[in-house]
Amino acid sequence: MIKAILIFNNHGKPRLIRFYQYFAEDMQQQIIRETFHLVSKRDDNVCNFLEGGSLIGGSDYKLIYRHYATLYFVFCVDSSESELGILDLIQVFVETLDKCFENVCELDLIFHMDKVHYILQEVVMGGMVLETNMNEIVAQVEVQNRMEKSESHMERMLLRRHLEPLSPHSHELG
Amino acid sequence: MALKIVKGSIDRMFDKNLQDLVRGIRNHKEDEAKYISTCIDEIKQELKQDNIAVKANAVCKLTYLQMLGYDVSWAAFNIVEVMSSSKFTYKRIGYLAASQCFHESTDVIMLTTNQIRKDLSSPNQYDTGVALTGLSCFVTPDLARDLANDIMTLMSHTKPYIRKKAVLIMYKVFLKYPESLRPAFPRLKEKLEDPDPGVQSAAVNVICELARRNPKNYLSLAPLFFKLMTSSTNNWVLIKIIKLFGALTPLEPRLGKKLIEPLTNLIHRIMSADRSVYIPFLVARVRTKGESMSVLKYVKAMFVFVVKYLGLLAMSKILKTHPKSVQSHKDLILQCLDDKDESIRLRALDLLYGMVSKKNLMEIVKKLMLHVDKAEGTTYRDELLTKIIDICSQSNYQYITNFEWYISILVELTRLEGTRHGHLIASQMLDVAIRVKAIRVFAVAQMATLLDNAHLLTGNVQRKGICEVLYAAAWICGEFSEHLDNPTQTLEAMLRPKVATLPGHIQAVYVQNAAKLFATVLKSQEGNTDSTAAQETSQLMIDRLPLFVQSANLEVQERASCILQLVKYIQKLQQKDVEIAEEVIALFAGELNPVAPKAQKKVPVPEGLDLDAWINEPPSESESEDEQPRAIFAKEEPKHSRPRHTEVDEKELAKRREARKQEQANNPFYIKSSPSSQKVYQEAPGVEHIPVVQIDLSVPLKVPGLPMSDQYVKLEEERRQKDRADKKKKEKKKRKEKRSGRGKRHDSGPESEEDITPAHMVDIVTEEMPESSKQGQNVCLCHFRLSRPLADSEKLPVRSHRAAEVLKSPAQDGDAESAASQEPKKKSSKEKREKKKDKDRDRKVRVTCLQHYSPPPSPVNDIQGNLQDGSQVVVSVIFENKCDSFLKSMEFNVLDSLNSKLQRPEGSGPHDGLTVPFQLPPGVSNEARFVFTMQSIITPQKLKGTLTFIVKNEDSSTHEKLDFKLHFTCTSYLISTPCYSDAFAKLLESGDLKCSSVKLEGVVMPFHHLLARICFRHHFSVVERIDSCASMYSRSIQDHHVCLLVKTSGQTVSIDAKCDEPTLLGNVLDEIKQTFSQC
Repeated sequence: MIKAILIFNNHGKPRLIRFYQYFAEDMQQQIIRETFHLVSKRDDNVCNFLEGGSLIGGSDYKLIYRHYATLYFVFCVDSSESELGILDLIQVFVETLDKCFENVCELDLIFHMDKVHYILQEVVMGGMVLETNMNEIVAQVEVQNRMEKSESHMERMLLRRHLEPLSPHSHELG
Repeated sequence: MALKIVKGSIDRMFDKNLQDLVRGIRNHKEDEAKYISTCIDEIKQELKQDNIAVKANAVCKLTYLQMLGYDVSWAAFNIVEVMSSSKFTYKRIGYLAASQCFHESTDVIMLTTNQIRKDLSSPNQYDTGVALTGLSCFVTPDLARDLANDIMTLMSHTKPYIRKKAVLIMYKVFLKYPESLRPAFPRLKEKLEDPDPGVQSAAVNVICELARRNPKNYLSLAPLFFKLMTSSTNNWVLIKIIKLFGALTPLEPRLGKKLIEPLTNLIHRIMSADRSVYIPFLVARVRTKGESMSVLKYVKAMFVFVVKYLGLLAMSKILKTHPKSVQSHKDLILQCLDDKDESIRLRALDLLYGMVSKKNLMEIVKKLMLHVDKAEGTTYRDELLTKIIDICSQSNYQYITNFEWYISILVELTRLEGTRHGHLIASQMLDVAIRVKAIRVFAVAQMATLLDNAHLLTGNVQRKGICEVLYAAAWICGEFSEHLDNPTQTLEAMLRPKVATLPGHIQAVYVQNAAKLFATVLKSQEGNTDSTAAQETSQLMIDRLPLFVQSANLEVQERASCILQLVKYIQKLQQKDVEIAEEVIALFAGELNPVAPKAQKKVPVPEGLDLDAWINEPPSESESEDEQPRAIFAKEEPKHSRPRHTEVDEKELAKRREARKQEQANNPFYIKSSPSSQKVYQEAPGVEHIPVVQIDLSVPLKVPGLPMSDQYVKLEEERRQKDRADKKKKEKKKRKEKRSGRGKRHDSGPESEEDITPAHMVDIVTEEMPESSKQGQNVCLCHFRLSRPLADSEKLPVRSHRAAEVLKSPAQDGDAESAASQEPKKKSSKEKREKKKDKDRDRKVRVTCLQHYSPPPSPVNDIQGNLQDGSQVVVSVIFENKCDSFLKSMEFNVLDSLNSKLQRPEGSGPHDGLTVPFQLPPGVSNEARFVFTMQSIITPQKLKGTLTFIVKNEDSSTHEKLDFKLHFTCTSYLISTPCYSDAFAKLLESGDLKCSSVKLEGVVMPFHHLLARICFRHHFSVVERIDSCASMYSRSIQDHHVCLLVKTSGQTVSIDAKCDEPTLLGNVLDEIKQTFSQC
């Protein structure tokens, strides 16, 4: 099981947090800080695994992370997950982000946290790996985005229809 | 005008979407908190709007703020509102917010049940998907129970996208509502062979997680997984399957052998494909003998490949089972200690622990010491330090051949910067000094140097932890002061004013041991002709001690003032030229020895006490004295008592010596010293033995300044060579002795440090299931036996509301209806099922209810009930419309009896019927619930009732009436409760139970069928079965115990029964009788 997925930048600012076990908000922030502290002091050319911090469950849990440019992608997992499997999954996730955002950068994550969440939801569900095939993930995300678009289009149409007759009467109402 | 303003403000608020919020926060770096609090105020305004779009936008922003650490639980209700929007866009936002901030104690979750159920059955697969994803994050036991059935249905959805999500979420449902596991399992198993790889992978995933909790249940799936493993190309699935096998092989050894070949093939395949090198590591987890050998080869290759970390991890797994095979890779692992990656170094350290032997201990520790010097960061250094001590002290110093070396290692460790483990080092020093007599001279010299250089240890604040070492140093110097070279100097060092800055407990030891030292010094000085030296020493004590008398620490103060008075008195005597050294020494007389667990034997038997005489009559067989319960004396810690000198007669001594020799000879861990040397040994249960080495004199006893442990490595080599020669001689000698002496004993096993066979050295605790998670969120999940057939009572609760959707189907043509109503009236008796659940105690009852009715459009078909407490019963009735017309305005009414009443809404009369809240199109069934109040459950109940309804077809409608009976049998109040045979016996013995019996003639069925029938139909469980006799147990919902003893001979079955309620028992027996008379 995956216990938590954290994305933060080189300064420890959270860009996405996803806990699959309940922690209160202040605890979540502490965990982010602790994890950042553990991960950030490591060289880029050392291995991608380390034992979890004390807050998130100690050495029963492993932190598996990748560092891309300004962002750290950290997965906290228990012993039932394969370390390299998760490493691979992070890669899949990031490549998916790259496809969905077209050359993803930190700014995309900052301004579209919700979209990143929706993509993540197609990869991991409730702490378990849902899909590892990137094409499948991208396809599902796109269908849902299209649905959203068509809905907002419809709404705009409706709104226009409603507003047009409404505007001449507005004075009377006022 | 006003509207314009309002509209304007709405627009503005609406304009501020998530991006604007983020931008705003980024623009207000200085006063972020203030800016966010104004944003939250705005959001609160937005949430008050009726427009769902505005609300959704607000909730989306809250999700972002939640990430920044703001508590947004106050908006939980609004989140639910957004979740229930019909638009996918908003629904998704709502579910996302819910999954981020809902948890089990969020109370609004209760409100979501129906919404989620609606979304799950939505025609749009993405609505369903979003609901499943959200639910996976905040599922509660209640939600799990209510929705389990819906999710199970989704597992067979036409879209694989939904199927895989439904399969995955089932695991969460199992965790929260373990009862759902058994009914859902067959379908889960089906999904292992789903055509869609995603669904398959999800099913494997779920079963692997389940198997981690209780692998036994899933052994039966091994062949299926075996097939999957050889056929699947999905790496994820492979990883999971191999992990699963890792959990299964300990339970079924044959599996391991079978796995070797496919695994090796797999490795080859993957190695050549080079895609994912990771499989081999997992393979290592399948810890079976032959196979881990072959895996090791690959693991080694991995070092060259990529991931050292995982290689080490895999090795540590193998080490647990096959220490020898890993030990050969020592160099490789030592190299890893040089790795710059801390994770890798820590892993390597873990491995080292299991790899040391007498031969390589010094080498390994030397390497570690080098690392200690180089190490950066206190955590890693502390880790190294504890590891060194762990490695050396493991199994009672089993691998240490030279304790001087060890002491010097300990002393070297005290030079570590800022370690927290001063205490650990101190206790090791004490332990070694006390237990290894021969080392004391050396240890004392070292400790004196330490005391002398105490300022180095206490120098700065950072080194606070290490000053614990002084505690040990002071104590050793005081206790073994006779070995000191220059006691006066040490005494002076111990009484320095700087000592007052040490922690209280250390000062206390200082004071006490200064007194011991003082005694020693006096003794040496009194021998001299010049008495001034002795007086000077006393003066020194008197000068320095007042410092301690003023100490804030009570212990220090007390000891200091006591000793100060003593010294003053001594000084007085000295001035009178009285020799008092002997008397002072007597204060601390007696030698401190490690006390063996069997030390009791050394206490002389008081005269007149004959231990061999029996106080009471002897039991038939007496135990030998050696076998005396060791466990009682198992306390290993050396006791600091001082055995007084004892007088034992020569014979007794000789006898004891002999016994001891024999014990040593049989003790493979005892390191023999030369025959003349004094022997100190300890025996403890099991492998806990302390080897006491007689230090060879080739090692210099005095080492100037602080020692360097390195020299010992060299010396050790020389010593070993010498030893080897010596030993040969010794062995010859011994053999001669043995032959000439008592030839009873055989040559004892390996007896020296040179015979290094890992077999008896590496004491690895093998874990059964190292991978199983420790937190065990829901232990009961493990207790379900999946092999048991599914009982009716375990069916998932089905909710009724959904049938409303089926209503759409229009009424069929009316001709058929009239035909249907003309149908010959069939008298059918149908078995009704009722499910009752006692909420308080969470048990289930199945009520069999016989019902006779003569329906034209047979509506009543099935009864299910829930028991809320000891007296309330919820009966759910399933109405099925078997005719071709539309049924409406159904009214359900039951004639109340004294004992049982149908609960009606307030304000309605006692004879009013209850309206059934739905209509029934042809061929449709639906379920309604009715609450009954029961007074007593000891007698069966039959309730008469009527159902009135209107049959409607195209042109006409008729009023119809249907009579029925609800039959509550006594059996239906019983709950099959497992009972242990001892509890059962106790119950029978208690005497509270009334007896009754019944005989059944002409029963022709195997005994186990008979038992199964009683279990199934009457809710008993078998306590114990012996041949043709079985005891059974059940419990009623009002806590009556019912016990049965069933015996069979030929075609006669006799049942003896006991129950604390005779009426109930009689009825139950009647019902049992009836069951068997029908067959």
